[in-house]
Amino acid sequence: MEFLNSIFVAPFIDMGAAPDFLLQVIWEGFVSGVLYALIALGFVLIYKASGVFNFAQGIMVVFSALALVSIHKAGAPAWLAVILTLAIMALLAVAIERVVLRKLVNQHDAILLMATIGLTLVIKGVGEIVFGGEPQSMITEELGIPTGSTDWEVFDGIVIFQHIDIAAAAIALIMVAGLGVFFSVTRIGRALRAVADDHQAALSVGISLNQIWAIVWFASGVVALVTGIMWGARSDVSFALEIIALKALAVLILGGFTSIPGAIVGGLIVGIGEKMFEVYWGPLFGGGVEAWFAYVLALIFLLFRPQGLFGERIIERV
Amino acid sequence: MPSTSSTSDQSVGDHATLLLDTNNVSLSFGGVKAITDISFNIYKGEIRALIGPNGAGKTSMLNVINGFYHPQEGTITYKGKVRRRMKPYQAASSGIARTFQNVALFKGMSTLDNVMSGRSLKMHKGLFWQMLHIGPARAEEIIHRKKVEEIIDFLEIAHIRKQAVGKLPYGLQKRVELGRAMAMEPELLLLDEPMAGMNLEEKEDMSRFIIDLNKEFGTTIALIEHDMGVVMDLADRVVVLDYGKKIADGTPAAVQADQAVIDAYLGVAP
Repeated sequence: MEFLNSIFVAPFIDMGAAPDFLLQVIWEGFVSGVLYALIALGFVLIYKASGVFNFAQGIMVVFSALALVSIHKAGAPAWLAVILTLAIMALLAVAIERVVLRKLVNQHDAILLMATIGLTLVIKGVGEIVFGGEPQSMITEELGIPTGSTDWEVFDGIVIFQHIDIAAAAIALIMVAGLGVFFSVTRIGRALRAVADDHQAALSVGISLNQIWAIVWFASGVVALVTGIMWGARSDVSFALEIIALKALAVLILGGFTSIPGAIVGGLIVGIGEKMFEVYWGPLFGGGVEAWFAYVLALIFLLFRPQGLFGERIIERV
Repeated sequence: MPSTSSTSDQSVGDHATLLLDTNNVSLSFGGVKAITDISFNIYKGEIRALIGPNGAGKTSMLNVINGFYHPQEGTITYKGKVRRRMKPYQAASSGIARTFQNVALFKGMSTLDNVMSGRSLKMHKGLFWQMLHIGPARAEEIIHRKKVEEIIDFLEIAHIRKQAVGKLPYGLQKRVELGRAMAMEPELLLLDEPMAGMNLEEKEDMSRFIIDLNKEFGTTIALIEHDMGVVMDLADRVVVLDYGKKIADGTPAAVQADQAVIDAYLGVAP
């Protein structure tokens, strides 16, 4: 009885007793959810357009953030560092298309996945050689990202909003809205979806696969850079960030691999869910549930709704 | 340039101009010979049929023409330009469009977007403007949208323009696919079994579209088809393949009477 009580009753009494604290927990969860969603967005972009599951997305986040910090350290002003980093990500995209994807056209998905795992190791290795393995702190102030915090008095308590978190959420929102419009109404957006649906048919109407792939990889490079800046501003920029990318996997399973809204909603569910679970139910398991909550949730989804919340149901005519 | 298909030239007239000429094309995959030493030509403005039993190399031939396959030997002359191999992009941008045997549409997209994607090569405004989705890119989108609506009307698929094509019945999917190819305003249209799996009524509709396309828009058409009735009605000239070799070439009537063709279809007593 007492066990059931501690699962189904006590946590909710705690929530009711301190609503301001509950709000704070939800907000914290929301912000990490936004960042998960951003990483997942990078995955979705590439998966949508090329059917490649890009394992290297996580390392691209770290790589772009490290490049930005290092270029700034080398003496470039912040705005120039951003432009140079974008140029590096564009070069990287073209290089990946030339060296990896072009050689593997029409290969099995598993082979492409393996290629991106190899790519992860290469980017990581190059990153360590060029930027060093030390954690770096993000150049938050120089980029003009607000740093203070706002207190909101509510329910006889206060909820603290870090300005950087608000900025992260706003930027994520703008990026998602922009990508949504781009995908649905422009020629290149249409070409991206066309390539995702059928390579041969896309070729037959004169869409260049190579060009599309380079564009997509660059777009997800930009998403990676934004994620890297936002995440780096909250903690340090280090290769440990790569682990977070694995959580984006769980987000993708929740949201569906091909859906941009799915990446967002999935990210928020995982972010808020794991924070609340940690705070209110965590003690039952002796804490540390944040580390595995996302994966268990993903497993449950795989059992009951493998296409995710928003994923396209795979219908094959036989 | 020597042409082996001289038997039938008079049927189209002496002043017919060559649009496409394949010369001694051979294609093999490892040890498997898909096409052996095939030469045939297509005149501007005609409807040319490719027929033959299953596995005769008809689709492979189309794939060579639009650059999906690269032949080991032979040349392809298209609009007077001699090429060893085509790239799909080159083929598409020089006016060759096609449809596929097993309908290759963009299943998640609407009919409208599918046909619109056929305009890819005709739209030129850069990535920058498209990102903003204002100004020139927007104006361009509107112009092409108009053209696409005309095609949709022509094919009588206006009622399904917003529907995702993956869920449409097969006959309509084939029509949408034709629409996408038409949107490219091709000079040469390759149709791979445009009537496969259709009922009589759908076949009649499709035949009508093909004839209209050919007569009204002057589009040259090369088609693969198994329904002999359709081939005899539509085609100006027919080339017959069997086991990757050309066994006959000429008017429908001539081909029908050809002993080699009858043998290929019915089998020969040993």
